[in-house]
Amino acid sequence: MSLIVKQEGVYQAAFRLLQQRTAGNNAAWFARLRESAMDRFEQLGFPSIKEEEWKYTNVAPISKVNFEPVVGSDKSEATLTADEVTRLGYVEAQASQLVFRNGVLHSDLGSLTGLPTGVVAIDLAKAIADEKYGELIREHLARSADYNANAFTALNTALSSSGAFVLIPKGISLESPLHFHFISDPVEPSAAAFPRVLIIGEENSRATIIESHASISEATYFTNAVVEIVLKDGARLEHYKIQRESADAFHIATTSADLGSNSRYNATTINFGAQLSRHDIAVKMANEGAECWVDGLYVVGGAQHTDTHSVIDHQQPHCTSHQLYKGILDGKSRAVFNGKIFVRHGAQKTDAMQTNKNLLLSNEARVDTKPQLEILADDVKCAHGAAVGQIGEDELFYLETRGIHHNLAKNLLTYGFAEEVIAKIKVDSIKAQLDEAVLNRINARLEA
Amino acid sequence: MLEIRNLHASVDGNPILKGIDLTINRGEIHAIMGPNGSGKSTLAKVLAGHPSYEVTKGQVLYEGKNLLEMAPDERAREGIFMAFQYPIEVPGVSNAQFLRLAYNEKRKHLGEEELDPLEFKDLLKERAKVVEMDASFMTRSVNEGFSGGEKKRNEILQMAVLEPRLAILDETDSGLDIDALRIVAGGVNLLHNSENAVVLVTHYQRLLNYIVPDYVHVLAGGRIAREGGKELALELEEKGYDWITSSVAASGIGASRVT
Amino acid sequence: MSTAENLVSQEYKYGFVTDIESDTIPRGLSEETVRLISEKKNEPEWMLGFRLKAFRHWLTMTEPKHWPNLTYPEINYQDMIYYSAPKQKALKANLDEVDPELLKTFEKLGIPLQEQKQLAGVAVDAVFDSVSVATTYKEKLKKHGVIFCSFSEAIREYPDLVRKYLGTVVPTNDNFFAALNSAVFSDGSFCFIPKGVRCPMELSTYFRINNSESGQFERTLIVAEEGSYVSYLEGCTAPKFDKNQLHAAVVELVALDDAQIKYSTVQNWYAGDEEGRGGIYNFVTKRGKCAGHNSKISWTQVETGSAITWKYPSCILLGDNSIGEFYSVALTNHAQQADTGTKMIHLGKNTRSTIISKGIAAGKSNNSYRGLVKVMPKAENSRNYTQCDSMLIGSNSGANTFPYIEVMNNSSAVEHEASTSKISEEQLFYLQQRGISQEDAVSLIINGFCKDVFLQLPMEFAVEAQRLLGMKLEGSVG
Repeated sequence: MSLIVKQEGVYQAAFRLLQQRTAGNNAAWFARLRESAMDRFEQLGFPSIKEEEWKYTNVAPISKVNFEPVVGSDKSEATLTADEVTRLGYVEAQASQLVFRNGVLHSDLGSLTGLPTGVVAIDLAKAIADEKYGELIREHLARSADYNANAFTALNTALSSSGAFVLIPKGISLESPLHFHFISDPVEPSAAAFPRVLIIGEENSRATIIESHASISEATYFTNAVVEIVLKDGARLEHYKIQRESADAFHIATTSADLGSNSRYNATTINFGAQLSRHDIAVKMANEGAECWVDGLYVVGGAQHTDTHSVIDHQQPHCTSHQLYKGILDGKSRAVFNGKIFVRHGAQKTDAMQTNKNLLLSNEARVDTKPQLEILADDVKCAHGAAVGQIGEDELFYLETRGIHHNLAKNLLTYGFAEEVIAKIKVDSIKAQLDEAVLNRINARLEA
Repeated sequence: MLEIRNLHASVDGNPILKGIDLTINRGEIHAIMGPNGSGKSTLAKVLAGHPSYEVTKGQVLYEGKNLLEMAPDERAREGIFMAFQYPIEVPGVSNAQFLRLAYNEKRKHLGEEELDPLEFKDLLKERAKVVEMDASFMTRSVNEGFSGGEKKRNEILQMAVLEPRLAILDETDSGLDIDALRIVAGGVNLLHNSENAVVLVTHYQRLLNYIVPDYVHVLAGGRIAREGGKELALELEEKGYDWITSSVAASGIGASRVT
Repeated sequence: MSTAENLVSQEYKYGFVTDIESDTIPRGLSEETVRLISEKKNEPEWMLGFRLKAFRHWLTMTEPKHWPNLTYPEINYQDMIYYSAPKQKALKANLDEVDPELLKTFEKLGIPLQEQKQLAGVAVDAVFDSVSVATTYKEKLKKHGVIFCSFSEAIREYPDLVRKYLGTVVPTNDNFFAALNSAVFSDGSFCFIPKGVRCPMELSTYFRINNSESGQFERTLIVAEEGSYVSYLEGCTAPKFDKNQLHAAVVELVALDDAQIKYSTVQNWYAGDEEGRGGIYNFVTKRGKCAGHNSKISWTQVETGSAITWKYPSCILLGDNSIGEFYSVALTNHAQQADTGTKMIHLGKNTRSTIISKGIAAGKSNNSYRGLVKVMPKAENSRNYTQCDSMLIGSNSGANTFPYIEVMNNSSAVEHEASTSKISEEQLFYLQQRGISQEDAVSLIINGFCKDVFLQLPMEFAVEAQRLLGMKLEGSVG
């Protein structure tokens, strides 16, 4: 009990500090929004496993650590170098990246020269203060990602002091991917970062974004990120979220997308790092003809715990959604998948499909999967499937009869299992990075 | 047997048939040909009573009765059979079960006694020879997991069991290889006699090499653009549909929407 | 498709009330009520102890209102009668002494109790409100060593057997409704199949609620000893009342080494009217324990009745190589709500489970499948296959699937598939084109949809289930 009170105290203190520091320079609505979110966080507290949505994920380890929230600016000595930024970056996005250190945007470390004119990619706090964007942001910020339902979203909303606002104007196509490059540089012990991103893709715009989370040191820190996406009619967005936090990190993220008519949102979420990670992804099919592909791959080992909650909310007719989530588990790791397809009353001609497949490499790993359908319209095509198992004996035998050593055959098939998700990735350097990462994981197992 | 007078029909408010006149007598084989979108499949579905097609004008008399007033199942029990272009799958219901139900419905309608499963099995075995289908098809669910050719053969098997007075074959030749086409056509020829009539709806002349029609009607733009004997089909094969559609356009008849 | 919409729904034909004098205790629930029920039944001290323990635990529990996908008004547990028995002689030496009014009632329900009138292969225990009024073929079964009698009789005649197994599968504190049942259960059936015996006939219990104010709390216990086999059927109906009635049963199955229990239910409690007035609240705990190696428990249920169904027949697969099965058809129409499914708990090695669930939702009803497949670390090489299909009829109903899959070892495999479909216009047209009427076409398609489950039912039950489904759906397709 006392521990939790103390923890909430930490976040509360940070919140007070932030409100004081920004008093006057912030829009009043934004201050009120943060206040309301803080109130909500205090009401909700950190979720417990008694709550259905957190049944399989215990966040007590997060509430127990004395994190130091990084708000406003990070004053600490910068150790992050341009070399590190490049090393952790993607070559396709070298001239189109926003670099965040502990959740705070550092324009000097990134580059936006590769973006077409008209595209806005600036610090969120600055954008709110800018009269050109203030109203637009007010209209969309914290609308899609509901802080009333999720304590972590509430906490992020309350403490968000930096992040990015991106506006892709009507009809504009981005040639190169825009990279949101989140790097943890925990010079202070146990930093907690609260980055916030709002992306608006106007009518018929096209873009690819990469959201990566990495660290330059092995430390315990806490990332609590919220990304909100609004796609107007006919807009297209490819979203790659690559989570490669340090082994001791905690990563909690929310992605929330609202889709316009005939818009298309493709998300691929990769979870490799963190001791505990949780990703909530919600896509609202809010207008007719919208389509989404929400794919994911989690590869965990050791004592890692990863949790994905997806909700595809079919609110309007003639929308299509596909989900494919695959997981590879080793060691004593644990993975949770909770996917929900929700077809509302009147959302006829919905076509929704969801698949979750898990491969257990170790006898001590554990998977909890819960694919759900809630269907309130009759003229729909909805299906889901979930599987937990091992590499198929027939496939293994087939490779062995071709002279491939048992262990190698096993690795090859494991790699192939992950490849179904990786192969669809359209950014070459991400694909190459993941290929390598998966192979490394598998080889590490071979040597052990 | 069948008299179609100035038939107009539309689907979702779009007019497809724009005045069809056609008379079919027992013992005859008619071929309805025409390019894609000419309305030939629509005509078949309207005759069978598909709920998506709305008759906006005209009359259809079948054995002197108003066909358009009858529900689809009534029409079927009265002897109208349509072989579907895309036969529908009915999971969990075996072919034999389905056929027996349909067959007995018809017998009941005719005031005849229903057949029990054993009697029906013998009948089915007999009829299955017509399309060279083996017994394993009877226990499988209706059309589920059937290949394209198997589905079409299954349609003809149903025809063989139900013994219609008027059989309408909607693009039964599409997607069939030469062997399956031969089997299907052989089945139809075997079932045709002086008491019934067959309407073949087809895009290609190919089927007509196997089932020889007495009359050929060419549809374009929702109307019958040309009629003739079996030689008309050969002429079409040689000259293509453009020959008809352009002459239709030239003469100003219903040429609005022909692809 | 609008023609069938207006077809009049067939009346619930089991909705009549039997006019019979009853021995009824005052409404309300307290420790005194529990003692009174036990006293009425002349129970031994240990049985009263079991009840009181359950009751005291129940007082500390809360009704599970959050997680099921069900909404219903508050149940007032004090405004209910917990014991109501038709007045008759305490012990029935033979059927001649059973009140003719009761015999008539069961005859009207299609369950003649005179053995000569019955299907030869089925023994029946007939339960009317709180008591068993007759059990047929008892003597014939006894010759094979099979015990089939009312629960009250079992407590009197076979106390050691009952004590050995009662509450071992569903403990008194298992859940709110099971605790309530353990405190106040009045009657039910007891079956014991000794070692190596294949029960020569189907055993069945027919439950009838008659009193509008009483709840029904029956208890069933089936024990299959080593190498034995039994097939058990359960049917239920109730009169039409505007008031909701509570039915909270507990069923426990125990299968020892190499034993098999097949348990089939056709549940047709009164479902309430089209507006949702009246109907049974069916909160039932059914669980089987595959205690022995190579044992098998198979649940088949056809759920068409009740205003609310809350029911998860489950299997605890404790013995190595044991098998659990769950086959279910749940049909909801009008304002009915069902939250039903199963739990398969794999504990032993090489355990297998299969779940086939078919949900059909019509009218403005809500139909949910909820299931748990849990594979524990020591359940090596275990397998589960689950298939959940839903069919929606009309655009005002809801179909939901909530599967929980928990796997804790890497030699097991679990596979889950679910889909949602409707009866398509094209499918109906195709069947109609072959001369089949629209109603017959609908019932054909639905029976096809449920085929995998119906195949599991004993023959008479399968026919009854198909007929029931067709009847329940009349007027719902439009």
